[in-house]
Amino acid sequence: MEILVCVKRVPDTSENEIEVNSDGTDIERDDLVYSVNEWDNYAVEEAIQIKDKVGGSVTVVTVGDEESEEVLRREMAMGADNGILLEDDAFEGSDGKGIAAILKAAVEKGNYDLILTGAQADDGAAQVGGMLAAMLDLPYASLVNFIDVSDDKKLKVGREIEGGNQEMNEIELPCVLSIQTGINEPRYVGIRGIRKVASVEIPTHGASDLGLGADAVGAGAAKVKRLDYFVPELGEGAEMLEGSTEEKVAKLIELLKAKGGIK
Amino acid sequence: MKAILALIIVAAGVAAFVYVLAKRMAPLFRAAQGPQLDRIGERLFALYHFPHHRMPRPGYETIGYTHITIILSLVALSIHVLMLIYSGFTGLEMPGTEWTIGVVYSVIADIALTVLLAACIFAAVRRGYARPARYEVPEKYGKDKSRPMAILLISVLGAIALLDMIFLGSAAAAAQAAGETYRYILPLTGTWFAAFIMSGLSASAAGTVNTLVYFILLIGIFVFINLVPFDRLFHMLTGPATVFFKKLDKGSVKPVQWGVDDEKVADLESFGVKTFEDFTWKHILDFYSCADCGRCSEHCPANAVGRPLSPRFISLKGRNYAFSHYPLKGPMVKGEPLIGGIYEEDEIWSCTTCGACEEECPVTIEYIDKIVDLRRGMVDEGMVPQSLQKPLNALGKRGNPWGKMEKKRAEWTKDLPEDVKIKDLSGGDTAETLYFVDSITSYDDRMADLARATTTVLSAAGTDAGILGKNEKDSANEVRRFGEEMLFQELRNHNTDMILESGATNIVTSDPHALNALKKDYKDMPPVEHISEFTLRQLKSNAIAFKPLDDSEKDKIYTFHDPCYLGRHNEIYDAPREVMDAIPGLKRVDMDRCRDRSFCCGGGGLMLFYEPEEEQRMGVLRVEMAKEAGATVIVTGCPFCLVNMEDAIKVAGLEGQMEAIDLSELIARQVQKG
Amino acid sequence: MAQFFAYIVHKNGAADDSALELINAAKKIDPSAAVTAIVTGSGADLDKVADEVAASYPEVWKISNDALAYPNAEVVRKALLNNLPSDAVILMPHDTFGMDLAPGLSIKLDSAFVSDVADFEGVDGTDIKVIRQEFSGQVSTHVKVDMSGGAVITVRPGVFQPDESKSAGGSVTDKDAGDVSAKRKYLEVLVAEVGDVDITKSEVLVSVGRGIEDQDNLEIIHELAEAMGADVACSRPIVDAKWLEKSRQVGTSGLTVKPKVYLALGISGSFQHMGGIKGNPFIIAINKNPKAPIFQLADVGIEEDILEFVPELTEAINEAK
Repeated sequence: MEILVCVKRVPDTSENEIEVNSDGTDIERDDLVYSVNEWDNYAVEEAIQIKDKVGGSVTVVTVGDEESEEVLRREMAMGADNGILLEDDAFEGSDGKGIAAILKAAVEKGNYDLILTGAQADDGAAQVGGMLAAMLDLPYASLVNFIDVSDDKKLKVGREIEGGNQEMNEIELPCVLSIQTGINEPRYVGIRGIRKVASVEIPTHGASDLGLGADAVGAGAAKVKRLDYFVPELGEGAEMLEGSTEEKVAKLIELLKAKGGIK
Repeated sequence: MKAILALIIVAAGVAAFVYVLAKRMAPLFRAAQGPQLDRIGERLFALYHFPHHRMPRPGYETIGYTHITIILSLVALSIHVLMLIYSGFTGLEMPGTEWTIGVVYSVIADIALTVLLAACIFAAVRRGYARPARYEVPEKYGKDKSRPMAILLISVLGAIALLDMIFLGSAAAAAQAAGETYRYILPLTGTWFAAFIMSGLSASAAGTVNTLVYFILLIGIFVFINLVPFDRLFHMLTGPATVFFKKLDKGSVKPVQWGVDDEKVADLESFGVKTFEDFTWKHILDFYSCADCGRCSEHCPANAVGRPLSPRFISLKGRNYAFSHYPLKGPMVKGEPLIGGIYEEDEIWSCTTCGACEEECPVTIEYIDKIVDLRRGMVDEGMVPQSLQKPLNALGKRGNPWGKMEKKRAEWTKDLPEDVKIKDLSGGDTAETLYFVDSITSYDDRMADLARATTTVLSAAGTDAGILGKNEKDSANEVRRFGEEMLFQELRNHNTDMILESGATNIVTSDPHALNALKKDYKDMPPVEHISEFTLRQLKSNAIAFKPLDDSEKDKIYTFHDPCYLGRHNEIYDAPREVMDAIPGLKRVDMDRCRDRSFCCGGGGLMLFYEPEEEQRMGVLRVEMAKEAGATVIVTGCPFCLVNMEDAIKVAGLEGQMEAIDLSELIARQVQKG
Repeated sequence: MAQFFAYIVHKNGAADDSALELINAAKKIDPSAAVTAIVTGSGADLDKVADEVAASYPEVWKISNDALAYPNAEVVRKALLNNLPSDAVILMPHDTFGMDLAPGLSIKLDSAFVSDVADFEGVDGTDIKVIRQEFSGQVSTHVKVDMSGGAVITVRPGVFQPDESKSAGGSVTDKDAGDVSAKRKYLEVLVAEVGDVDITKSEVLVSVGRGIEDQDNLEIIHELAEAMGADVACSRPIVDAKWLEKSRQVGTSGLTVKPKVYLALGISGSFQHMGGIKGNPFIIAINKNPKAPIFQLADVGIEEDILEFVPELTEAINEAK
């Protein structure tokens, strides 16, 4: 099975507070470190596991700048066979639809049976997978947390839905799936692994390589534009209990009793 | 006729032995490069030192001295056995008795045989009836074949001693009956008893017994010799080699591949141990040398809390793998993956590298290096638990396992007491003494108290001290021991540059993991001291002094918990105790398991992030040990120990009865200028 | 202005809470908007929902087809495309169904798409200005959406007040689904195993999050719950770490609970978690991070480390008994 996985380089924000820069045009990026979007990493692991089971190849693709190459190499160190970087100044300012259009052009340059994306990203809108599928006229499922290759024509996929339940579907190939975290346990990628693929050639395609006009991508084509960043104003918030620990305990017990919290 | 029979037995025995031994050596020739033959003097000393120091360790005195007795008897009897075999070709006459020295040796041999038989009887009875718990085989490792085999082996040896006595006694009886003189026999030895019992026999009857017993004895000796390469007896042969080639530097970790420089390691085809043949020949030799005594697992904290690790079975499974995959008959089976085969992922991640097993092993088998090598293999294959991937990635990106920002590494200095200052050398400043803080002490809210305490001590001693600030990264002691060698090298190289650039002439740290890494894993470092050593030095030069304990503290009983990387791996046992004892009014007791027998708190560094399967926490067991010793304050010398102890006190429900404090905090609390 | 539609998510013959929230969401864009509700499905359940929704919406489009019995996003998309005008502005909840349907629908309609909207902040010509959150709610952004060619908008559940007036007295119009053949076939829903406690029925919940740090520490939470006579719930990281079973998880990817009192211990308060708390309970948050978003959402907050505070609370409750 020929599998394409769309990945994205995002700031790693798990342990550090995100701050907005002084004029509100962007978040403060100087002290941020970047890595592959967590959801995308699960998608790549899933692709590799499918490849290991039924054969084929895994290609990772990203829309970004030179620095995005690092996430392609990371995923190649994990076991993806090829990487493709889609880079062009014309791509800047693309909205979700623009990104999907760029990816669509890249998909059409290859011959893929299965296209995976992450279900969402910390700085995204959980949109590209569904858009890409619609543009390619391929069936689509989101929030996929289970994949079983039934045969070379179809897959059985599970979606994570409300209540912790799982919605099972049968989906025809080729198709697009957006992957939810927890579908597998991604393998570790050490520095050694990344060094091994450090010199592998990664082809770069620009707008003209992909046959994309300015009307389809970039800021000009975007119907959706981010205007600024801001830190949400705090509402009234909770009434904070003050005092020593003992006093807080006493106040809390009083409140719990009043509200029926202690039986 | 007798000579031909003897020849057949000897030839068959020797041929079988050589054949089996050759088969046993086969995996060693396919194994990875082992340690170099260096520091021969130290190695010879180890060969002398370790066996008799390790065998009778406290708690093992009886069996230890019994075993030493058996060894000494066998050594004494070695010439006797050769003479015995030789006599098969010369009409069963024991040679050499025509000389005085021969008679003297015969008497020694008689004594040795007697002692050997007594020791064997004692050992067999002990295994059969007393049944020490450490020999039990847990269900998951299959049927207990260990005990029957032990009794069998010891019985064969005892039987040989007995037969030898009968052989010698019958010769004496025959000589007596024939009116000939025989060599002097020491009364009350086994030989003497045998001769005494057979003294009524006719010369020919005694002669027949003599001949018959001789051949049974000869066969017995070769049976025993041929049993050696099949089970734990193998340690008789390989044990000395294991000791001779042992790792001489405690706390260090073997290189990824012997003979390959760090700079060239990245080019290796594969990393670590993935298949049996990836082990070094020395480590396969270790497997052969395991005497199945069970002391490693008896002292292993992971085993004690029900983690899926028992060092004894790391060795035994390795040995059995060698035997079954390099069989005496049939083809060799090479290259099977070990993880998922004889070892499990969780088993290998369960080790805290505390070193308790290695400290106990009478044949000095190495476990940490094997565990690290297996982890290197797993890391290379991407088999790393999710709980460890996050901190490893963060260490790569940010130099600390939480992924916190570099610029916040020195934030703890903001809350230093007013008159206490430390230089931040990241701006180009220089200082004589470098305080290496390391990650947990820099970033953890509670552990930052240790950084402030250490700084207070440095300041009280008037030291010109500085920190690397945002230029410091994790010492990576655990990064290396968790198998991520390349990341370790990156962090080490960074820190090395920063430390050398700082121009500091000595280093102080409050974190034994950092101490160990700087001393054992880094090169060309200025001298490194733990805060306990630094304090002791300052006390002795009167640069600082201690004020007496507050009255509220005087009823408390203090105990020092030896951190693995301070104690066992760096042998700093006395400095912390001397420092504590220098505090006027402080009452101190030692726990049963202290110093080189200290019990791991649960593990530091990346082990904090790993979620092992376990029935209880090591820390809880440790806190209970402190309680048993009558202590009310556990003093640690390591931030990770403190984390685990404070946690364990809560879990054990001993809040109010037991408290934990780091030695650096205790010193800072009591210190005054000298 | 373009015509507004609200896609109604429903289950077992009852509309989702979002059905009434979407009315007020649309009104935030255009106060005079006459919003048309669209319900898809089949059988008596569909009729029931259509009638229920007609009380709140002036017009309801009912698209009935056996293939729509289960809301398969691909089938629903086709049914919508066969009926919607191209410049429609369609709103739906940002839930697991909305995430499945909306992005592709916007492509097929060739309209703008914006997801997980937390608020609308005015209209400028054909542009609407919305507020979204990024980085797990740490920062917000203003986003301009050009809806001249229509728009598909998913709205964060629970942030808009439901319109409870039910005074629309709307009409139900039957619409034909048209060709709804699909390459994705719905098979079944595997229901998560129910644990020994059904937290959806609990009146008092003691809910624990990442702040518990270690599985062994859960003991203090169980002890507190026992002292209070409450049940133990948790946030997603605890289930991901396999420290508690899935049936204890509160949130959009877990269960929806309706307790009277909700004690959130070491929970940061992500919207995914808070999305699972309904019925306006009295929320008490205990967290050592004073900046935790939960303190904005709770009624009462205490800045403490739960590992230290909870045992003391338990002891005090037991003593008070």
